[in-house]
Amino acid sequence: MASMKLSAPPATSQWIGGGRSTFERRVSMLPMVRRGAVAPIRAGAYTDELVQTAKSIASPGRGILAIDESNATCGKRLASIGLDNTETNRQAYRQLLLTTPGLGDYISGAILFEETLYQSTTGGKKFVECLRDENIMPGIKVDKGLVPLPGSNNESWCQGLDGLASRCAEYYKQGARFAKWRTVVSIPCGPSALAVKEAAWGLARYAAISQDNGLVPIVEPEILLDGDHAIERTLEVAEKVWSEVFFYLAENNVMFEGILLKPSMVTPGAEHKAKASPETIANYTLTMLKRRVPPAVPGIMFLSGGQSEVEATLNLNAMNQSPNPWHVSFSYARALQNSVLKTWKGLPENIDAAQKALLVRAKANSLAQLGRYSADGEAEEAKKGMFQKGYTY
Amino acid sequence: MSAFIGKYAEELIKTAKYIATPGKGILAADESTGTIGKRLASINVENIESNRQALRQLLFTTPEALTYLSGVILFEETLYQKTTDGKPFVDVLLENNVIPGIKVDKGVVELAGTNGETTTQGFDSLGSRCQQYYKAGARFAKWRAVLKIGVIEPSALAIEENARGLARYAMICQENGLVPIVEPEVLTDGNHDVKKCAAVTEVVLAAVYKALNDHHVLLEGTLLKPNMVTPGSDSPKVAAEVIAEYTVTALRRTVPPAVPGIVFLSGGQSEEEATQNLNAMNKLEVLKPWTLSFSFGRALQQSTIKKWCGKTENVPAAQQAFLARCKANSKATLGKYIGGEGGDAAASESLHVKGYKY
Repeated sequence: MASMKLSAPPATSQWIGGGRSTFERRVSMLPMVRRGAVAPIRAGAYTDELVQTAKSIASPGRGILAIDESNATCGKRLASIGLDNTETNRQAYRQLLLTTPGLGDYISGAILFEETLYQSTTGGKKFVECLRDENIMPGIKVDKGLVPLPGSNNESWCQGLDGLASRCAEYYKQGARFAKWRTVVSIPCGPSALAVKEAAWGLARYAAISQDNGLVPIVEPEILLDGDHAIERTLEVAEKVWSEVFFYLAENNVMFEGILLKPSMVTPGAEHKAKASPETIANYTLTMLKRRVPPAVPGIMFLSGGQSEVEATLNLNAMNQSPNPWHVSFSYARALQNSVLKTWKGLPENIDAAQKALLVRAKANSLAQLGRYSADGEAEEAKKGMFQKGYTY
Repeated sequence: MSAFIGKYAEELIKTAKYIATPGKGILAADESTGTIGKRLASINVENIESNRQALRQLLFTTPEALTYLSGVILFEETLYQKTTDGKPFVDVLLENNVIPGIKVDKGVVELAGTNGETTTQGFDSLGSRCQQYYKAGARFAKWRAVLKIGVIEPSALAIEENARGLARYAMICQENGLVPIVEPEVLTDGNHDVKKCAAVTEVVLAAVYKALNDHHVLLEGTLLKPNMVTPGSDSPKVAAEVIAEYTVTALRRTVPPAVPGIVFLSGGQSEEEATQNLNAMNKLEVLKPWTLSFSFGRALQQSTIKKWCGKTENVPAAQQAFLARCKANSKATLGKYIGGEGGDAAASESLHVKGYKY
């Protein structure tokens, strides 16, 4: 990278977006820090690695396994099969998932909760190493959860910017290479312009800080399924949200070749009278993405948000019936884990079967990413919806 | 509301897609009366209507040239002119599958309180003007916003004002059946390097698309006319491949796939340079979901005008020159151009004019 000679800006400098004066101050405080290029064309110390990481996650036939449930949420999962919410049980469950042989054929990244990032198998092997051996990128949830947004219409905002830079740096040291931050937008509550702006701005700030510390940010503004609105309304809101997100990402000088998106699919609200077919969902979702996502973004990894395992797979499959300008794949939690939990039931003798169940779902979604999935032969359990009104993650 | 789907939506989408046909591009022949006067003056030809008509007739009746064009941008006067045989120019174009377009802006004015930055005029009666132009056969429009690179330019004000102007213009066009070509030109004037131009171009395009989205513009029914990313006119030149990389990177970071085509302005590059750069972009092996083509004024007409010199006996030679440039640029849209095919010394002449007023 050519280095740029920086001269002192004029006293009344109004650099584009005010970025330069901040940049100048930082450089004068840290004279040894050299940047590859002036910030606006988005180069940084980790540029190449970020691009490689994002590419690896967005590889054909693969997607993300999201197992970053907070301890409280993981507790709910364990409770559903009669297990106590202890560290041992959480470790046992994640071990089952992360040591599944051949998982890397279908999974390119795994999002972990902080506790899990530092855990090992009962045999003493770091989880992070298990993942690396399968060519699966370790990821880490870095947000600190949703809290009420004052002045809004009962909406939320996502916390987590304080100390984020040093957290990211620590996680990078521990082996994480991508991060995830989930904020939400509620259609029944508006959404208000305030909530949308805050969601987009928070994501943009998080993304810039992540990249600065070597982690590919997954950008997740989840438009909740709750509501009785029609699919056209979802399209409207999604277009607005993503327009704001991309503008603020650009303002924060985020490098698009080194991010991934985690959108919700464009569907009718959960309580809407008519369900939409996978083809309709694919049509609306792809229309939205084509209007909002620049081709520099390597991958779009959908969240399942309460859809059944089979629904989530069918919808993804419908989206991959012809080539897209970006990798279109999955980042599923419930839609990959539901059958696994029900098979395991917490019993060691069920581990093999449970791991096989995970592979079945992972493979199904892998085929869906390639546009080659068929729902014939799927178990009834996999078709059960998992929507919960007012679901807190 | 998401993107505005009005009564012309289907037609807009179809027109935009057609204009973006690979292998074709746009002839920008929409020089205002004042500007075309400068061209004519350069060959000692008087700036009267019959001469302006003669030049445009020369271009539009060049045998075979129209095969390489999907659209021609006209100035208002030209939209209503005819050939010497009495055939409306619009008909000449339509019969050859070339879509007539119309410049609808009324030039730039300075933004007070800035260092010579500008905004573009033309909103008054824009809606009804578009309707008139539609009736006359136009199906796309063009509006040029201008930004410059300086120590503190482009300012946030200039970017916001020009982006908003483009969005408003685009929406009014779509309401009245015209595909808006969105043109945020970042001038090459200056001694900045290619990285600086890239940075500015990316910031400007991000702001433009934000504004278009806020105004509910139907992106599938628009085209983008950006500058290529190059070093400043006072800086050392770089290879076409470098220009191609920076330009395509900037576009990949800012232009959603819904936009069917990107038609570059030539902005003072020589005919040959402009073609080489376009060619290099189309050779790049990276995913480009929109077509990359041309909307050239000077870079298609320079040699032609020099050969014509206003004399009837020169028309065939002038038309040859024009056809050669059309062919060359058509090949460039397919990444198949081999340098130097398109002409002679005139083709390599820089067309940069400092502080160029269009």
